[in-house]
Amino acid sequence: MTVTTAAMVRRKRRSGRPIWEEPPTPAGRVGKALLLALVVLAVVFPLWVVVITSLSSQQTIDATGGLVVVPQGITPAAYLQIFSGGVVTRAVLVSTFITAAGTALSLAVTALSAYGLSRPGSLWHRPLLFAVLLTFLFGPGIIPSYLVVKSLGLIDTYASLIIPTALNAFNLVVLRAFFMNIPGELIDSARIDGAGDFTILGRIVLPLSKAALAVIGLFYAVGYWNAFFNAMLYINTTEKWPLQLVLRLYVVNGAALPSGGSSGPQSSIAGMAPAPTLSLKMAIIVIAAVPALLIYPFVQRHFTKGVIVGAVKG
Amino acid sequence: MSTEAPEAPGPGAAGTRAASTSPQALGSKPSGRRVSLRQRLRRDWALLVMVLPGMALFAVFHYLPSLGNIIAFQDYSPYSGGFTGSPWIGLANFRLMFTDAAFWDALGNTLTITGFQLIFYFPVPIALALALNSVISPRIRSLVQGVVYLPHFFSWVLVVSLFQQILGGAGLLAQTLRQHGMQPLDIMTSPDAFIVLVTAQTVWKDAGWGMIVFLAALSTIDPNLYEVSATDGAGRWRRLWHITLPGLRPVIVLLLILRLGDALSVGFEQFILQRQSVGAGAAEVLDTYVYYKGFLVQDFGYGAAVGLFKGFVGLLLILAANRVAHRFGEQGIYQKS
Repeated sequence: MTVTTAAMVRRKRRSGRPIWEEPPTPAGRVGKALLLALVVLAVVFPLWVVVITSLSSQQTIDATGGLVVVPQGITPAAYLQIFSGGVVTRAVLVSTFITAAGTALSLAVTALSAYGLSRPGSLWHRPLLFAVLLTFLFGPGIIPSYLVVKSLGLIDTYASLIIPTALNAFNLVVLRAFFMNIPGELIDSARIDGAGDFTILGRIVLPLSKAALAVIGLFYAVGYWNAFFNAMLYINTTEKWPLQLVLRLYVVNGAALPSGGSSGPQSSIAGMAPAPTLSLKMAIIVIAAVPALLIYPFVQRHFTKGVIVGAVKG
Repeated sequence: MSTEAPEAPGPGAAGTRAASTSPQALGSKPSGRRVSLRQRLRRDWALLVMVLPGMALFAVFHYLPSLGNIIAFQDYSPYSGGFTGSPWIGLANFRLMFTDAAFWDALGNTLTITGFQLIFYFPVPIALALALNSVISPRIRSLVQGVVYLPHFFSWVLVVSLFQQILGGAGLLAQTLRQHGMQPLDIMTSPDAFIVLVTAQTVWKDAGWGMIVFLAALSTIDPNLYEVSATDGAGRWRRLWHITLPGLRPVIVLLLILRLGDALSVGFEQFILQRQSVGAGAAEVLDTYVYYKGFLVQDFGYGAAVGLFKGFVGLLLILAANRVAHRFGEQGIYQKS
């Protein structure tokens, strides 16, 4: 793909349909609009129902017989109660910490490795790259992986949720390809000025790669936030549970929230009726979805670019 | 998807790593034809230091456990000996595996689900990409793209939770049916509908994201081809058949190869999460079988044997699929040299 053709297509589209293309039939036009509307609705509708129910009062829930589609009497009671301390609050903190620490570590390791392997002709870069690419061909399997984590004494530590997944080979290869596309003249001229490789990476390569780092950072962050199976294997203490395990226990498995419908030690906030159990559960779902929703708009404009550069360009 | 980025020219000319554009880049050091290892080490030590943490992670968390698969040939017990002290039992674990009916059930389920998803999931992103590509308004395009990419960033726990709220026994569908005096149905716990349910979940979560690759491939098709063929009288379906689909073919073949190579994995977390509610009969796949045998029955050696079998077959499948692709004149994942 060359940038020019893509830009040309886009320019042509903005000015409407190309001259040679026949106008669509009314049926075709309606059909396509319906199809796309249906697709969008299929994604948005479940989220809408969950968000509205999480904000509904007991009366509304009783009136509708369960989930609420049309908002009536919006109240943030469920969120206030969930964040007043207790299982969910703690899980949100744990997940936030793991996501922040993990993403920082992952980005650092990935950028270092990607740059270290990106300089043409450097010592041993071929065998090292081969060792990276070989990891695509086979996975080690869950049981030996568990035994390694266990023998390192990482069971039931937060480190077990970060270190084993800290470096993703695919992200490494994508970032390396991005680094290799940085004009060599920039790097050479810095070297003439006496910069070492660490300086070049920090002062030239990284500042030029913000878009790629943003996308890869998003992938890592989402991976850490969503990690479920590793936590299920490695974490034994309930106090250390990340949010996904809490979500599974109370929503997927339908366990009763602790102390009579409340998520915290105190059953409700002073002066407020306790939030409905269903709203509390829906609120947990919403909280689990929020980080993706929050970071997404900032990074979205980068990914068509970033992902395509990594995936299609050869 | 070529993972191998283009190598810069200048193979072997060891001393000229940075000097491809400016000969004086190495400063005062004149770069001779052969540069000794010591000189190269002195030049590249910083790069090696940078690579070190990443390589250490791969060594410890990828290569070490891969070697750890030798416990498949042991009667492994963590308490009596571990890796080195457990007795060797040859192929006994594998023999046990081939005689276990539950293993064959899990394998059968896995292959059925893979086949079902090849038919009902695989074409969806292609169709979506084609539909979206024909939308002219850039605003509608980016709106739809933004919405359908989103579920890819949700965890499986979240996706299963959402499906449960809509389709489950206490969900919106059952609730609506009940209010209209009909028998409520619980799709989430029905073993018969399970294959449809997991496919629907996969479509919901990943079809939008899967579209990206096809959109990118569509944008590489030369627009002049369409113009020329339209002038020659080709209608929209002919153009789709003779220009668009051939343009997508390399990507489609590549993704098919990757999917076939992965035929024995069908989304682990998705199944672990729902195995309890629909029962092992429908939801046991190879990965969950490994998990239950390994961790709940505590037979690590046997679980590792099944995992090793799965990895080995996967490797054979991907090589075979690639060979077939070469025979049909496609590029595949690696080029025939």
